[in-house]
Amino acid sequence: MSIEEKQDFPTYQGSDFIKYPENEKGVSALIKQFYESNIPIELVGSGSKRKIGKPLQCSKSLNLSKLSGIVEYLPEELYVKVKACTPIKLIEEELKKNKQQLAFEPIDFGYLFSGKSDYGTAAGQVACNISGPRRFKVGSVRDHVLGFRGVNGKGEIIKSGGIVVKNVTGYDLSKLICGSYGTLVALTEITFKVLPAPEGSKTLVIHNLKLESAIDLLGQAINSSNDISGAIFLPTEPECAGSEMNIEKTFKLNDLKYRGSLTAIRMEGSKKSIDERMQNLRNEIKIIDYDISFLEKYQSEIFWNKVKNLEVFSSTKNNIIRIVIPPSHCVHLLYQLISTKFKYYVDWGGALIWMEACELTEEIFDSIRKKVVKLEGYMSMIKPSDHLRYVEEVFTINRDRFNISQNIKKSFDPKRILNPGKMYTGI
Amino acid sequence: MTKLMMPRIDRKLLFRKETVIANLKKIVKAENVLGHEDLTRPYETDALTAYKQQPLAVVFPENTKETSKILAYCNQERIKVVPRGAGTGLSGGALPLADGILLCLGKFNKILEIDYNNRYVVAQPGVTNLSITQAVQAQGFYYAPDPSSQIACSIGGNVAENSGGVHSLKYGTTTNNLLGVEVVLMDGTISRLGGKTYDSEGYDLLGLITGSEGLLCVITEVTVKILKKPQTVKAALIGFPTIENGGNCVSDIIASGIIPAGMEMMDKALIHATDNFVKAGYPRDAESMLIVELDGTETEVTELIERVCKIAKKNKSSSIKISTSDKQRLKFWAGRKAAFPACGDMAPDYYCMDGTIPRGKLAEVLKEIGRLSKKYNLPVANAFHAGDGNLHPLIMYDANEKNSLEKTEKFGADILKYCVKVGGVLTGEHGVGVEKRELMCEMFNNNDIQQQIKIKKAFDSSSLLNPGKVYPILRKCAEEGRVHVHRGKTRFSNIPRF
Repeated sequence: MSIEEKQDFPTYQGSDFIKYPENEKGVSALIKQFYESNIPIELVGSGSKRKIGKPLQCSKSLNLSKLSGIVEYLPEELYVKVKACTPIKLIEEELKKNKQQLAFEPIDFGYLFSGKSDYGTAAGQVACNISGPRRFKVGSVRDHVLGFRGVNGKGEIIKSGGIVVKNVTGYDLSKLICGSYGTLVALTEITFKVLPAPEGSKTLVIHNLKLESAIDLLGQAINSSNDISGAIFLPTEPECAGSEMNIEKTFKLNDLKYRGSLTAIRMEGSKKSIDERMQNLRNEIKIIDYDISFLEKYQSEIFWNKVKNLEVFSSTKNNIIRIVIPPSHCVHLLYQLISTKFKYYVDWGGALIWMEACELTEEIFDSIRKKVVKLEGYMSMIKPSDHLRYVEEVFTINRDRFNISQNIKKSFDPKRILNPGKMYTGI
Repeated sequence: MTKLMMPRIDRKLLFRKETVIANLKKIVKAENVLGHEDLTRPYETDALTAYKQQPLAVVFPENTKETSKILAYCNQERIKVVPRGAGTGLSGGALPLADGILLCLGKFNKILEIDYNNRYVVAQPGVTNLSITQAVQAQGFYYAPDPSSQIACSIGGNVAENSGGVHSLKYGTTTNNLLGVEVVLMDGTISRLGGKTYDSEGYDLLGLITGSEGLLCVITEVTVKILKKPQTVKAALIGFPTIENGGNCVSDIIASGIIPAGMEMMDKALIHATDNFVKAGYPRDAESMLIVELDGTETEVTELIERVCKIAKKNKSSSIKISTSDKQRLKFWAGRKAAFPACGDMAPDYYCMDGTIPRGKLAEVLKEIGRLSKKYNLPVANAFHAGDGNLHPLIMYDANEKNSLEKTEKFGADILKYCVKVGGVLTGEHGVGVEKRELMCEMFNNNDIQQQIKIKKAFDSSSLLNPGKVYPILRKCAEEGRVHVHRGKTRFSNIPRF
């Protein structure tokens, strides 16, 4: 752990403060003890996404990193069952051997938080439910979790779902666990749906478009029947002193022919199919007088890896905010934020904005949220900064949903001992 | 009617029936409350016709506000409520309670908004599944989940049951195609879960209520994602000399990296039954048959069809037909869609089971079903959504024969238990309802079930919303669960069933 991290989070001295259970039974026994003695605990995997959410004030920590390893992988059944803290990298390498993948494109938050790759664990991906550029086509993490085992706040081992696509009998608790930031159960085992990795990937890059034209074009591309799997706009404007975001530095690829903003559309599949769809798309959306580049398989894959891993914000000291809105409100929202000092890029064809906010204050943060909510979206603080380390509401919620969520929290964790307050005060 | 244990009846409430009806008439228009037995009889069952129960009253709210007031009133007076969409559910999820009101959402039948730029449709819950696709198809869009009852089933019911269809391997079930809902909780609170964006923050309440079978809240508005239609769709009709060959072909297609839009399998008994019924041109000499549907661009589909044919030949296919037109493709499907009525033609009665298994266990499970068929001396035909592992064995019997119903029930329960044993689940797309309620302990232990019951209480603290469904009442594994069809007379018999 770096010195900087130590300032943000409580440090643990000696083995008594951090427990390392070896298996599910061990997790259950420890949580039972904590439940009986009313001790709140922080759940940690590899710690790669520990800074997302509100900082915790727990005196004890349960480190689940020893629950690691692939339990069962049946490529022809399209699932992989893993112990909860199996490194994502290990899973992806194993799937690659059978030309398969986790289609939700796990994000590597390492670049953002520590400047270098750190994918973290399966449980971390599930706990955060933040997915990559392919989201609009294949769904998010929650759409790829078939089942799980875990331990609730009373130390009881529970399970839900299964290994098949039509996996649910009873309530779909797998969905509920996704994005719950360890506040409901300590995950011990996860079954992911896996899918064939596409044979090839090709990216059409249109240079120097302005925001409106770019979003309009991306919308047309997604609305066509050409099976787009990535639609992103990387602008050069606005200028923002203190920002580290530099698209030219991040995307140094031989086949990117021009400078300026990048509007990129990805297609995946067999070469023949991609070429046919690419031609259809160019005819349909009339890409005639633009400066364009094509990124073939190798460079296309590098490009989208950098996009999904937020490498444009690598090592930034500023706050990173994630905004999700209906795509047609994207341009309107960005114009409303003109007085804010920020850099940004747009993913999911306009439905997702990643924003680097410079000199952010809680007041500005709240005012951005009001605008986002008014446009039927939501936003979260992904990375705290020196300027703004703490905000009261990291994630968006309304009163009704808060009340239901509080009841759900109680049903899993009646004494609020699992990551208390990580998402919302009182949950 | 088969005897079924339901929650204890509040007899005092039965005496107050007239007062309850009078109070409900203060909330909604008088003609929207039905109290007389003759008027409530049509609502005594859903598509699981083996079970019937007259409700205390039937109420038809016309808007969310009325729904909220009804629920708040019932909550206050401790009156049980059973929500009902189109009543096409096959597991008895909308079976009324003698001391409960039946809340029918049939008047919520309008499409409220279509947004092509953001690719969603907002509809009231009583709108049928198919009419969403019909509303957007002129612009080349469609709504992906297509349960077989799509011409009649409501989108609200689809959310409650997390309905699938033949394309769920590639396009997912309802839960993967839903953006948001407006719901009313038992205490009358109106809430919006999800919205018009992808995912939402906080607990995934939208994911939780999808497939919750009307136990957590009443859905009053639904926002679904729509997709652009693929450029080309083609289907292959492939016959095999053995069940194993067909099963292996399914596994090999998936293992080769192809995800077909749909992949359906039938055994010999069903090939003959359906071919007799609709003359679909099926290979009558085959022991098993696959329909593999592929979509994408013209080149892509042609390429994929070639690969599928190669895999089929490797697995000793005895015949292969490729659709050359949409008309022919639909003909391939016509037989499959007529599977249920075709069985009705073969025997006086049949039970349709619904379970899910890992694809690779198909041959093993079918062999076991064959063994059980001999043991119970009852013929069975098998339809299988091979893509997603959803199995529908159709057990044929004659209810006039003494004890045949009980024998069939035992046979069906044995099949479902075997599905769980090989790593599958009790349900595919018909839900648990009252049908498989007591079988839940085959899959879950007490901790699992108690956790789920606590979640129910988080939404509905007095357990007034659709009680007696999904979770065991007997606390033992009673062996029940099937669709009862007598002399081919099923509810909505004109609807194709998969």
